Amino acid sequence: MADMKVYFDHNATTPIHPEVKKEMIAAMEMFGNPSSMHAYGREARANVEDARRKVADFIGAQEREIIFVGSGSEANNTVLSLFVCGTSQCIAGSKMRSTIITTKIEHPCVLETSECLAHRGVKVKYLDVDRYGKIDLDQLAGMLGDDVGLVSVMMANNEIGTLQDIETISGMVHASGAFMHTDAVQAVGKVPVDVRKLGVDFLTISAHKIYGPKGVGALFVKKGIPYCPLIRGGHQELGRRAGTENTLGILGLGKAVEMRMLEMPEEEERLLLLKQAMKTGIEERIEDIHFNGHPTEALASTLNVSFTGVEGEAILLYLDFEGIAVSTGSACASGSLDPSHVLLATGVDAELAHGSIRFSMGRESTMQEVDYLLEVLPPIIQRIRNMSTAYIKGGLHAATR
Amino acid sequence: MLQPGEWAYSDKLKEHFMNPKNILQGENTDDFDGVGMEGNLQCGDQMMVVIKVDKAHDIITDCQWKTYGCASAIASTSVLSEMVKGRTLDAAFHISPKEVALELGGLPDHKIHCSVLGDKALRAAINNYYTRNGEEDKVKKEQSKVICQCMSITDHDIEDAVLEGARTYFELQERTKCGTVCGQCKDETEVLLEKFKHIHFGA
Repeated sequence: MADMKVYFDHNATTPIHPEVKKEMIAAMEMFGNPSSMHAYGREARANVEDARRKVADFIGAQEREIIFVGSGSEANNTVLSLFVCGTSQCIAGSKMRSTIITTKIEHPCVLETSECLAHRGVKVKYLDVDRYGKIDLDQLAGMLGDDVGLVSVMMANNEIGTLQDIETISGMVHASGAFMHTDAVQAVGKVPVDVRKLGVDFLTISAHKIYGPKGVGALFVKKGIPYCPLIRGGHQELGRRAGTENTLGILGLGKAVEMRMLEMPEEEERLLLLKQAMKTGIEERIEDIHFNGHPTEALASTLNVSFTGVEGEAILLYLDFEGIAVSTGSACASGSLDPSHVLLATGVDAELAHGSIRFSMGRESTMQEVDYLLEVLPPIIQRIRNMSTAYIKGGLHAATR
Repeated sequence: MLQPGEWAYSDKLKEHFMNPKNILQGENTDDFDGVGMEGNLQCGDQMMVVIKVDKAHDIITDCQWKTYGCASAIASTSVLSEMVKGRTLDAAFHISPKEVALELGGLPDHKIHCSVLGDKALRAAINNYYTRNGEEDKVKKEQSKVICQCMSITDHDIEDAVLEGARTYFELQERTKCGTVCGQCKDETEVLLEKFKHIHFGA
């Protein structure tokens, strides 16, 4: 059994930061409803607004532009659903501009919502990506027009880490008269995010990806941009998201953001070194591999590798036995029969998508952990390849060995 | 709070995944009497089964394999290779995916299809043995019957769709397009749907 515990799945979720934990434990005593006028309520209100200020500061927004929500998925659902309204009472002209443009590599909460909206009469167009996962700006230019109401492009991809040029995309989108949304769940807290510089109208944040608690996120909605709540029936969040505030979660998110502000600047360089060591190490030790994602314009924390002739779930489970936690784009691990839609969109063939492993590091990842991975991984790949049909006489990869 | 389970699957599956039995070493299959291969890498599963046969008694004396696939796929081929040794060709031919899953201590529903290719590859290996030995008359073709004439969907297609997760007529149609034109086959399809759900999932 494993003598070392290594968590390389930070894009899935992160451990709660010790400072966040402290804040939340203290917040448990604070049970007041922020809507109450008495002392209990005022205490909760003050703290919720303090957290709002921290989140706003972190992304260069005003406090009133931040709406606390239940998750990144909820924020994305909210933004996309703005454009389905048949009466266009809340968003003037949304009936005229009923087309949404998004990409083929978005998180399922954007893709599935888009599909659902398509059933309800919204036209949805999907941008292709190149082999590194970058969208094609010319294709976007061709799609934009006076029928487009919203463009939603994720800032950093969760599976391959590729970053998009949101600033340029926003400029193009606004020139055509549409609104711009970015799902920045994987970007915020890892790369600098300034909503004014990016020029976006909507931006999605999730707490649990940045060492905060699960079940809370934030949606940035630029001042003056039309808006309609997804969850109705309360005056909370200035009537933009009903439901008593998740005070515990919101305080956790506020603290998480505060800690990111302190720790993020030195972290990227350190993670880049780890990623480079991991990449070189894998390249040197294992044959027939393929790196997915953009070589430079990508998250420093994320390395996605495909191993020829090996299925990803098997790698994941053997690594789990050695104490290393990773994730895979294989169909088998997802419960569906299709491998990663992101990798397929980058043109990676299905076999390599089945054989893909994502290593995503975080604030506590060390070179020692990378070294341990590099020691354990090669024999695992060798072992699986030894029982794989891919390398038998007449097998698909027999010739390469 | 609850602690994490030791493993995502059963202990028996874990044992066969961690220490797979009877993996074919090297690439050479020339020493074997029958070779069968099913699936492909693009779909995420491929299995090869090779057998040695006691020709006087039609009994399988050795069974080895290679598998490209997930933990369930690896473990089910491993356990299958143990199950068939000492069985007659005829008995081995009739091993069902459900028996393999039972032997493994059960498989989650969405993993049942991972175990299907192993016995298909085994049947291919047995047929290959018959062919090599001039006993073509014994080769058992898996007889399929066209159920939906419009889209030419067979009972095997329906079985595959059930194994891949279809549980309702609507889901079956989504996967196979069966009965989407004239719709005359609906009754027969629904009977088969129930039958395969019962065979593979005890539902």
